[in-house]
Amino acid sequence: MTGVDSLVQARGLVKRFGDFTAVDGIDVEVRQGEAFGFLGPNGAGKSSTMRMIACVSPRSGGELRVLGDDPDVHGPRVRARIGVVPQQDNLDTELSVRENLFVYGRYFGLSKRHVREKAEELLDFAQLADRADHQVEPLSGGMKRRLTIARSLVNDPELLLLDEPTTGLDPQARHLLWDRLFRLKQQGVTLIVTTHYMDEAEQLCDRLVVMDNGKIAAEGSPAELISKYSTREVLELRFAPGQQHAALPDVQGLAERIEELPDRLLLYTADGEAALAAAHQRGVSPVASLVRRSSLEDVFLRLTGRTLVD
Amino acid sequence: MTVTTRREAARSTGRAVGSVRASLLVVEGLWTWYRRNWRATVFSSVVTPVLFLLSLGLGLGTQIRAGAVPGGATYLAFLAPALLVSSAVQNAAMDSAYPILSGFKWQKTFWGLVSTPITPGQIVAGRFVWLAARLLFSGIAFAVVAAFFGGVQGPSVVISLLAAVLAGLAFAAPIVAFAATIEKEGQEFNLLFRFVVMPMTLFAGTFFPVSQLPVYIQPLAWITPLWHGTELSRGAAFGTLEVLPSLGHLAYLLLWLGVGLVLARRSFRARLMV
Repeated sequence: MTGVDSLVQARGLVKRFGDFTAVDGIDVEVRQGEAFGFLGPNGAGKSSTMRMIACVSPRSGGELRVLGDDPDVHGPRVRARIGVVPQQDNLDTELSVRENLFVYGRYFGLSKRHVREKAEELLDFAQLADRADHQVEPLSGGMKRRLTIARSLVNDPELLLLDEPTTGLDPQARHLLWDRLFRLKQQGVTLIVTTHYMDEAEQLCDRLVVMDNGKIAAEGSPAELISKYSTREVLELRFAPGQQHAALPDVQGLAERIEELPDRLLLYTADGEAALAAAHQRGVSPVASLVRRSSLEDVFLRLTGRTLVD
Repeated sequence: MTVTTRREAARSTGRAVGSVRASLLVVEGLWTWYRRNWRATVFSSVVTPVLFLLSLGLGLGTQIRAGAVPGGATYLAFLAPALLVSSAVQNAAMDSAYPILSGFKWQKTFWGLVSTPITPGQIVAGRFVWLAARLLFSGIAFAVVAAFFGGVQGPSVVISLLAAVLAGLAFAAPIVAFAATIEKEGQEFNLLFRFVVMPMTLFAGTFFPVSQLPVYIQPLAWITPLWHGTELSRGAAFGTLEVLPSLGHLAYLLLWLGVGLVLARRSFRARLMV
């Protein structure tokens, strides 16, 4: 069943913890060279799926092949060929930046000489060359994250797994990190990313699945998902919290679909400006209004069915 | 661009090495840490036992009649081979409590390790090889100091050193297994050190023969690995070892070590591979 181009194949993959089913029979295929995303809220089953792909979590059911091998049988062999960026950094904070790369590289059976050279290369890549001999502990969150990514590349992985790569980072650090990931993608490294940030998924992923409650709710490229599950534009009408509901009757019929959130109404329509003009004509006076393109955020809202108002 | 450019058929450079080599790589990682941080460990592993030896051996020893010490040796000579074992056991216990918990809970380095081809069992094996090396090194340092004060009786100190290392490993193994199961902050270790390690240090034959204890308390000393290690170490120093009891002590320590290692391996796996 394993195609040459398919790095990860899952069929009916299940993960249970006692009575709780974290991953509930998902089918996934990740192809050579693509950036694939698992998008979903916390607790959707993304990390459990990633841990199974990373060969550190035996599956409870279904089929899984990673780089052509069964992770439950050939874990070490598969782990030798992949890179893992965990959700929480697990660097050795009592070692220097360079030592972290060196020691980790050795676990992959690489020669000292090879790892020494590789470490220098990765220090440049992660923009940490000037910190090479510093201890890890006092580094900023962004630097630690970049070091973790550099470390995951020490064995030239064919597949790189990134679990929530930018959670907890400030916007500047996130953009720097995305830039590094773009470069990897350009070099042909296959990426699998989990995230609960819609913008991150849009930035990084060629193709993604939306996960909710352990199941896959939708699959496609960001553009496909947006065109399938949302309209071209969205008009956001913002109100003082609680006031939005009173305005709801006035905007009925102005859009294909309307979502009500605690402080705003979202009007899904092909032409946001026209809808805004029509709303003003009907005497709707929001605190602020905004016309924007649809995003994966809107797809997610639609798919998980939160506060759907007809 | 600084990272090697990939082609379609690019292969990873990583590979899984054999179990022995993998365990030695774990040792190499620990050695890298030690080279940087050894100063923090020297006090407890070498200086403290030496201070005990000098204070009790040279100080308190002056108040002890030679004839009162079993075998007629000086008190320092009586004490040294036992302190060797006692400090090995204490250091092994310390090394197996918070540092293990930290690898799971605070530093989380074990999680990083199993993302490589290294397996949980190889982590455990590597840590015990490393612990053995450290206990041996600390023991030699102690023995060198003790020799200056007449605390070493001859080449038999080699047997005492091996007994100390074995007793340390045997005591450490179940603690490692236990530490790997702890989810909280490790308060349990306080109980362990207060109610097991400390009384054991005082009453398992280090400072006076267990035969001086009330008869009904002696069995408590017999179950401790420390007592068995002390019997071997002191017996070797004074040439009083007999074959059968020695084999008994050895077998008991190996049993602790073997069972502890199996449990440690199991709890590492249960925690890391979920």
